[in-house]
Order: sequence, then C-alpha cells, then structure tokens
Amino acid sequence: MPPLLEVEGLEARYGPTRVLHGITFAVEHGGITAILGANGAGKTTTLRAVSGLVATTGRIRFAGRAIERRPPEEIARLGIAHAPEGRGTFLNLTVEENLRVGALVRRDRRGVAADVERVYGYFPVLRERRRQLAGTLSGGEQQMLAIARALMLRPRLLLLDEPSLGLAPLVVREIFRIVRAINRDEGVSVLLVEQNAALALDLADHAYLLETGRVVLGGPAERLRRDDTVRRVYLGY
Amino acid sequence: METLLQQVVSGLATGGIYASLALALVMIYQATDVVNFAQGEMAMFSTYLAWTLLNAGVPYWGAFAATLAVSFVGGLAIERLVIRPVEHAPVLAVVIVCIGLLVILNSVAGWIYTYTIQQFPSPFPQRPLRVGGVTFGAHDLGAIAVTLVVLLFLYVFFKHTALGLAMRAAAQNPLSSRLCGIRVGWMFALGWGLAAAVGAVAGMMVAPVVFLEPNMMGGILIYAFASATLGGFTSPGGAVVGGLVVGVLENLVGTYVRFIGTELKLTVALAIIVVVLLVRPSGLFGRAAVRRV
Repeated sequence: MPPLLEVEGLEARYGPTRVLHGITFAVEHGGITAILGANGAGKTTTLRAVSGLVATTGRIRFAGRAIERRPPEEIARLGIAHAPEGRGTFLNLTVEENLRVGALVRRDRRGVAADVERVYGYFPVLRERRRQLAGTLSGGEQQMLAIARALMLRPRLLLLDEPSLGLAPLVVREIFRIVRAINRDEGVSVLLVEQNAALALDLADHAYLLETGRVVLGGPAERLRRDDTVRRVYLGY
Repeated sequence: METLLQQVVSGLATGGIYASLALALVMIYQATDVVNFAQGEMAMFSTYLAWTLLNAGVPYWGAFAATLAVSFVGGLAIERLVIRPVEHAPVLAVVIVCIGLLVILNSVAGWIYTYTIQQFPSPFPQRPLRVGGVTFGAHDLGAIAVTLVVLLFLYVFFKHTALGLAMRAAAQNPLSSRLCGIRVGWMFALGWGLAAAVGAVAGMMVAPVVFLEPNMMGGILIYAFASATLGGFTSPGGAVVGGLVVGVLENLVGTYVRFIGTELKLTVALAIIVVVLLVRPSGLFGRAAVRRV
C-alpha cells in the first residue's frame, strides 16, 4: 500500500524568495512523521503547502489523490486537519463553539455530539472551560484546543505545527502524550513539525531533517536519533 | 412633563428606525469586518423595489417578502462582484469602494425613479394611540416591533444554527476557518446578503415617515453610524439600544437646548460619535477588538 501522504519535489516561494527547494517525504498509514529543523528551515511552509495555503510546484498525493491544486477548504474536507502556527483559536467564540467549528463540514450531527465528549476525554481541562471564551485560555490550553478542534473534523491526517512552542515543559510532555494516544486509539496519522528534536524523535516513527528548505536527512526516527550530526546539533549530546 | 414624555416617545420612534439600519451595519461589520457606507443607499434601493411591486398591485406583505428575497440576492451579488476583488486590499480601499457604491446606487435610483418625492404606505393602522396625554403613532410602534423581531431572528440565527456559527468563525479568523473546511468567501457573501435584507426592512419602515426619494437615507445613515458606535459595532443588541438612545437624545436636545433646535440636530449624531470614540471606543456593549500582530 502506498503511503497516506506522499510529497515529491515540493517547491514553495513567498514572492521572489524560494523557501522550499524540492523536498520529498511521506507519512505512512497510521504513522507519525516528524519534520525537524531550526527556525526558518521551512517547516511551517511545508505544512502550509500540504494544506494549500501557499503556491507550490511539485506533487502532493493524499490517499492516492493529487491535492496540490486544491484550495485549503477542499483539502480539509478530504480529511486533512491542520492545527496551525499560532494555534488558530477563535478567540471570541467559546471553547465548545471552537470545537463545533472544527466539525461544521460534517453532516452526522450525532457523531459530532459524541466526538465533543470524546475530545473532552482527551483534554478534561477543556470540558471545565467549555463555556468560557477561548481568548481567556492559557497558551497550553489553546494548543490543546487547536488539536481538539482539528480532531473534530474526524481527519485521516493531522498536521501539527510546533505544538511545544512557548509552553512549559510539563505541559508539552502532556500534549505529546495525548498526541500519541490519539494516534494509537483513533488511527489518525500525524505529520508533526517541531523544533524540539528530542521530543519529536521520541514520538515519531519517521523523521526528516530540514535545513534551509532542503531535506538533508530522512528515515526511521531511530536512525536519526543515533545520527552523529543530529545528536550534536539538534539533540545536544 | 407631558412634553417630555411625548418627546421621549417620538424619540423612541425615530430611534427604532436608526436601530434597524444600525443593525444592518453591525451585521456586515461582524460578518466581514467591513463598515458598509453604502448600507443606506442599498436600503433605499430595496425600498424603491418594494414601491414598484406595490404599485403593480402586489399586497403589502407579499411585496415585503419579495423585497427581502431580492435584496438578499442583491447583497450577495454586490459582495461577489464589487467587494470580493478588494478583499485583500487595505481597509481604505474597501471604504472607497463602498462610497463609490453609495454614489452609484444613489444616481441610478435617481435615474430610474427620478428625484420626485413619493408616498410609501405603512402596513400599520393610521390611527394614533393615546395613553394619558401621550400620543403613540401606530406605525412607530409597529416599526419598533419589526426591528425587535429582526433582532430576535438574527440572535437565534447566529447563536443557534450551524450556518450562523460558520459565519461568525469566518469573520473572526478566516484562515483558521478555511483549515476547518469552511468556504469563507461564501460566508462573507451571505453576510452581505443578510445585511441587505435587514437594510431593506429598515428602508420600508423609514419610508412612510421620511417619504421615498433617492436621498432619503442620507441623514439616517449618520444617525445609524452614531447608534452602532454608541452600542458597539460588535453587538447587534447594542446597535438597537444605541439606536433608541440616539433617537431620544436627539429629540430631547432638539427640544430643550434652545440654540440647537431642529437645524443643528444632525450635529448631535456627530457629537455622539466623537464622544464615544474618545471615551469608550468599543461602545456600550461592544468588545474591544483583540488582534494578534
């Protein structure tokens, strides 16, 4: 079976500046793939390209379908949920309304109601705050809300953009634990972009190292963890 | 005392009119982040449409419903054809487009219907109600009731329907909405359609009072802006309260402050806008805009 997501020779540019120089990677069915790299390596752009938010050349296939020419809302409807950079919170909607927005394109009302309860199961703190405006949540809670909202789409692939950014280590560990549980229990594949290489390599089964818009290393996460350069530069030991 | 009460009551009556147009302004602002300066002229155009239908012998409420439907489609079309191309342009460009729309609609109405002042019927009885020494116009009460019904409808629509939620989400965070699969462009167009329909209601309620002519909405739009500013551009209920307050205030100041009289009444609206923006920019019931930069 071919991978769930196949990206081949992906290039992206913002105006005259080329940010991605033909990168190739894949996410397996049920797998977790991590893209590592420093600030400005092109990690966020890679996710934005998959979601159709930036103009690209190259091939992107999702579940056997070419998606590189489709607008973001259609890509979402195919089953790719994106918890974006900045968390994409609807600040003036309540927590529960945020979750319902994530499921607006679904037609099965009863399934949506059940899923609201299910994601509260993963993130109990969101249940406590269900009637609060999302703008009043802490950073960690907003990150949880972003993942929960993405899950409400019942996606086959979840894109996570730096879920650790700006959060306390304990909160980050909690979030990564939940992502692992979601991947295991829901059968949702994950494409994770992360600066914190140690955390990401712990979670992922496959990983790619991005440097200034090029994949310089890729393979099973285990192999990257043992790679000398990765250890010295990104893991720091 | 009786004069005071009477002035308050007729203030509420005109206030109801400001409220309904302010409601339309707030609608578009909430749905698309645009302040629509052409709202008044759109309402005027809708009212002419109703007038044409009535002249053709269509019964009042039939013409009313048909006007709402056509205005809705018209608002949708305006967004798709005129506003969409400047969607990503700076806010000033959008404002200029709206003002252009105002001028065009005004002139086209004058061209089609001439500038002759026309009578427009009210669906409510002619006979005023008298309670004590105070006279209530039946049309005024009816107009306020209609505005409240529209407000209730909007509240239920935005708070309790999936489409309403999608529209609120699209207005607040278009990018995040698209990632959730929402067709944001269409939500904006729907917002314009709804606002055009609400504006049409306002126009049909105003016309029996100020009579029908292409410039009928000029002054009223300014009062509507004052109402929306006072109530808060983010609060539909606030817009209605703002409208009623502005109506009463305008009347009382005109009656009791000798040098203002009827000539300087419009200044009251502008003064309200300036004072609110200085003291409480988000209005009485509005939320301060939170924006990450």
